[in-house]
Amino acid sequence: MTDPVWILGIKMTKFGKHPDKDTIDLAAEATMDALADGGVTMKDIGVIAAGNLMNAGGGTGQLLQKQVGQTGVPVYNVANACATGATALRTVMMAIKAGECDMGLAVGVEKLAGAGLLAGGSAKSAGNEWKPSGRQGAVLGLDGRVGTDTMPGLFAQIGQEYGHKYGGTSFELFARISEKNHAHSTLNPLAAYTKRMTLDEIMNDIMIAYPNTRPMCSANCDGAAAAVLVSDAKLKTLSKEQQRRAVKVSASVLTSDPYQEACQVLADVNTLTRQAAKQAYEQAGIGPDDLDLVELHDCFATAELVHYDNLMLCEEGGAVDFFNSGATWRDGKLPVNVSGGLESKGHPIAATGIANVWEICHHLRGEAGERQIEGAKAGLAHVIGLGSACGVHILEKSGL
Amino acid sequence: MSKQIPLVDYLVLGDEPHLVAQECTSCGARFFGRRNACASCFATDFKDSPVATDGTLTTFTIVSFAAPGVPVPFVAGIVDCDGTSVRGNVVNCDPTPEVVKTGMKVRLTTFPLGTDDNGVEAIGYGFEPAN
Repeated sequence: MTDPVWILGIKMTKFGKHPDKDTIDLAAEATMDALADGGVTMKDIGVIAAGNLMNAGGGTGQLLQKQVGQTGVPVYNVANACATGATALRTVMMAIKAGECDMGLAVGVEKLAGAGLLAGGSAKSAGNEWKPSGRQGAVLGLDGRVGTDTMPGLFAQIGQEYGHKYGGTSFELFARISEKNHAHSTLNPLAAYTKRMTLDEIMNDIMIAYPNTRPMCSANCDGAAAAVLVSDAKLKTLSKEQQRRAVKVSASVLTSDPYQEACQVLADVNTLTRQAAKQAYEQAGIGPDDLDLVELHDCFATAELVHYDNLMLCEEGGAVDFFNSGATWRDGKLPVNVSGGLESKGHPIAATGIANVWEICHHLRGEAGERQIEGAKAGLAHVIGLGSACGVHILEKSGL
Repeated sequence: MSKQIPLVDYLVLGDEPHLVAQECTSCGARFFGRRNACASCFATDFKDSPVATDGTLTTFTIVSFAAPGVPVPFVAGIVDCDGTSVRGNVVNCDPTPEVVKTGMKVRLTTFPLGTDDNGVEAIGYGFEPAN
């Protein structure tokens, strides 16, 4: 058993529209706040991992340094779809665990306000001559002709597939999951949308890809989040107050999708999440029953349902009953997405995998104000990047 | 007879149109398109293998909002064709949840997508209700 790594400082910006700030402004804001939260400066940071998916080749980490402090330390610019933030965190974890440094900074930032569908299209119009192209020798674009490439459509199928396998799902059931997250968001001042929505409002909103209507889809928005991680040995040299507020990273896991029949025709977000969860519970030495709250990747209402099962929050095949029991509401047995989730807090892609860890830390530190889950001692943060990557972090309150 | 070209290279036209998969000769895993090694068992020999044309719809979505140029609504789904999962649209039925259900039996169908300047007709595929 190696010594744990701790989160010393962590912060997310307000998610939403930031027309006056660019990605580096947002990343710098989150970074300065995370450093201040941890009581350290860039001088203490030995490694930086930075994510910005929409400009993955842009050298975000180095541009950030020029804004907040250039010390010559290694920078890893990472990209891993919607798991980019978790990947940045995991990269810093690995550097600290490898003994290369005793403190590191992970940051994720995205500007997505006003962005529409983030995949799909490429529908070639009929040209003068059919020419097979691409890996499948297609003579026309395949999105819309051979299934769908859009995220709402892909994740709709993932939820519907669960219903086909186990039964009990319906348009209304998925809409009620969204109703929960929008209700939760009313207590989160940093969420992009904080309006409570009725079930009728959700079901009668614009249909994007059945059964996902617009409010059942993650909200494109701007935002950043940053975390300062520290080794166990280094933490012990810091102040009592820093030690008290530090949050233990009991598990940090990243998986990719292993081969399964069908996984190459419809992305399999289940197997790799289940494997990540299993590894995480083993690393942490605790199980789902020990968790006080979970932030999981509800990129669409249809996705939240399957991850109850994948993260083993319920019996296999029991996600519908689990949700119907009220367990995942903030006053339930195991609150899920008390931040409002991606559907209302928002999903600035590379920030998400750090912002969900911030949410958990906020509760473990007892600093979550109105939305505090009382007495929270352990929580789990999960993200999925389609294609696929899964990040799971289990966090525990400091006993120091 | 006018010439035809399939929408994708794994669609075989002719009297009995069907899809063809690259099947791993070692473990039987099937792939649409070329692979260097099997994603399941890492063996490197593959053979062309015809895919059943009848199947069961295991999931679907009705896409109402898509990228510009993609006509909506349409039904996108996954069909279990005798153990091989295939991606495709569900066609020749109303794109509504009252009509399209998971578990429904479907069969492969083909249809013209247009003709180019050389008189070549592109042929696409989808799945239609079998009953």
